[in-house]
Amino acid sequence: MSAVRPSEGTAVTGAPLSVSGDRAQAALLRAARWRAWEPLLWLAAFASPLLLSQYSAIVNEIAIVALFAISLDLVLGYTGIVSLGHAAFFGFGAYSAALFAKHVMPDPLVGLAVGIAAAAVLGAVASLTVQRGSDLTRLMVTLGTALILLELANKLDWLTGGADGLQGVVMGPVLGQFEFDLMGRTAAWYSLAVLLLCFLFVRRFVRSPFGATLEAIRDNRLRAMAVGIPVGSRIALVYTVAAALAGAAGALLAQTTGFASLDVFEFHRSADVLLILVVGGTGWLYGGVLGAIVFKLMQDFLSAITPQYWTFWLGLFLVVLVLVGRDRLFKPWTWRRRGRAA
Amino acid sequence: MNKRNLLRATACAALLASGGLAFAQGAPFKVGLILPMTGQQATTGRQVEAAARLWIAQNGDTVAGRKVELIVKDDTSLPDMTRRLAQELIVNDKVDVLAGMGITPSALAVAPLATQSKTPLVVMAAATSSITQASPFIVRSSFTLPQVSVALADWAPKNGIKNVVTLVSDYGPGIDAEKFFKERFQFNGGKVPESLRVPLRNPDFAPFLQKVRDLKPDALFVFVPSGAGAAVMKQFAERGMDKAGIRLIATGDVTDDDQLNDMGDAAVGVVTSHHYSAAHPSAANKKFVEAFQKANNGLRPNFMAMGGYDGMRLIYDAIKKTGGKGKGEALVNAMKGDMFESPRGPVLIDAQTRDITQNVYLRKVEKKDGQLWNVEFDVIKDVKDPGKTK
Repeated sequence: MSAVRPSEGTAVTGAPLSVSGDRAQAALLRAARWRAWEPLLWLAAFASPLLLSQYSAIVNEIAIVALFAISLDLVLGYTGIVSLGHAAFFGFGAYSAALFAKHVMPDPLVGLAVGIAAAAVLGAVASLTVQRGSDLTRLMVTLGTALILLELANKLDWLTGGADGLQGVVMGPVLGQFEFDLMGRTAAWYSLAVLLLCFLFVRRFVRSPFGATLEAIRDNRLRAMAVGIPVGSRIALVYTVAAALAGAAGALLAQTTGFASLDVFEFHRSADVLLILVVGGTGWLYGGVLGAIVFKLMQDFLSAITPQYWTFWLGLFLVVLVLVGRDRLFKPWTWRRRGRAA
Repeated sequence: MNKRNLLRATACAALLASGGLAFAQGAPFKVGLILPMTGQQATTGRQVEAAARLWIAQNGDTVAGRKVELIVKDDTSLPDMTRRLAQELIVNDKVDVLAGMGITPSALAVAPLATQSKTPLVVMAAATSSITQASPFIVRSSFTLPQVSVALADWAPKNGIKNVVTLVSDYGPGIDAEKFFKERFQFNGGKVPESLRVPLRNPDFAPFLQKVRDLKPDALFVFVPSGAGAAVMKQFAERGMDKAGIRLIATGDVTDDDQLNDMGDAAVGVVTSHHYSAAHPSAANKKFVEAFQKANNGLRPNFMAMGGYDGMRLIYDAIKKTGGKGKGEALVNAMKGDMFESPRGPVLIDAQTRDITQNVYLRKVEKKDGQLWNVEFDVIKDVKDPGKTK
């Protein structure tokens, strides 16, 4: 098959660039191929509100948090930019969508688009600061952005409802058909659908040559610059895209719960999503999704058993996870073997 | 009687019998208690839960033939979490009553759900005045900030305090406290030269207190949520403001019984107004405090505990009044106008606003047997929430 391709000839006659180019393309394609378990995972996700309708609300929450985590993964896992204020975009999307629904029109999809657009604009502006400086300054800048927005939302209480939260957000039916019900099924499917679409987009995004340059920037910024990757503009773009996705997650939260309050901007949102990525694994598309599933289910399960002390058990789990390592933790049968080898 | 009719009759009888039987056994009456059990507001959750359990322990877990079941959930003070938990409690656990609500945004987030599902929501802690207006299914057993701050504004001018600077945390309850104190105080002929608002998170009181010192008012009126009071007290004393002739007056949140003993002597002499003090001199309260401390390893109950205790009582009364068969609206109607003698004094649930009407006490921190107590010295009887008069 490759014999038909004209590039093959040149490759054989010794143009090493082209060979590695081909190999790189093949590697990209291989990585982009769907695994058998992936459609199953998504099918299970979409079936869950039907089969286990009592868990619809938590499925909705997991889908939202997963989308938020994927957004952070794009910045942190793929591009290597630390961010402690990712909640800024989440919250901005949430408030934009909620305010839009309250004052302009209640259609969820239009509101979602507004939330995404608003967060993207904010992300584009914030990316100017993120391009400059090192990790430490970035931590401060991202953290600062979220805090500024938090204070703004608090001060502009005529608009946002201040610390009491934005009340009176009434959402219309999705696509003019599906009302948000008390069970939370519509909400779960709506969020899952948005998550799937965003996931497919991100998958396409990071597995493109563009995505490869992001990883190059993550691995060695200087070298990436040396081979001619426009580092600054790449960072700006990926940060904007990630902000848009976080905005989508925030908009989903505001729409499915029908209100927004100051805590969407708070530090613990950014911290939680970081933890979720640590649990699920960074630089891996499903890291955010699996992390969200594990984290939220554990939180729900533990806090149902012991409302007062569940954070202890969650903390213990995280310590063990970090000490033992994710792969080894989920494959206990390898513990002894490696122990002996060491 | 032909065969078919006989069959029908037996079927009917069987159905009735089984229905009757099921009713006699009585499905448990479920109370979904959503509280912040972890995080910044954890003390609220701990106090309310302990008090609710104490009420059940003292009054038995069966009312009007129905077993009362308490389902406690931790919302970590996140309103969207509160909402999800409430939704799950309504849909999955089919709770008869929702209760708890540590902070105002949580209560407001659940309000539309309560309306939609016709589930009564007993607010046991959150104290912004407007909460009960958010849904016709909300009943409050705690207090409102206008209620307690207005009492202080009445007391101060009669006691030589004419010029007051206010200092509140910058959020719903704080703004309520500031507004109602100021309005009433000015109405009574007092002057408020300056109103200061401190950020709710990580507050630093020093610059604000310096400003107050420069203004030299007769007194400083403070509202901060329970927990932040100790810091205010400490810095107030450190700056020597009491020696500069500035008095400290506050709502009872500042000298919260839960933390009063840790505040040290700086707190002695501070005048506050609130609806409950662990030192309230009544037999009912003595019994309550003793039982609470015994059940909770010596923990002193505070006003949050009172909200939980009386909240459970409201629920019990409503079950009794409806004969154990009440749901939704019937329960709320049964709670309206409920009147009883609580450890904090006589209490009435106002039928119109579903908010609590109660005595507000003026108290002074005093040292007794090496412990600090909020000792009551005056009372304003049957205070309705002034936030609802318009």
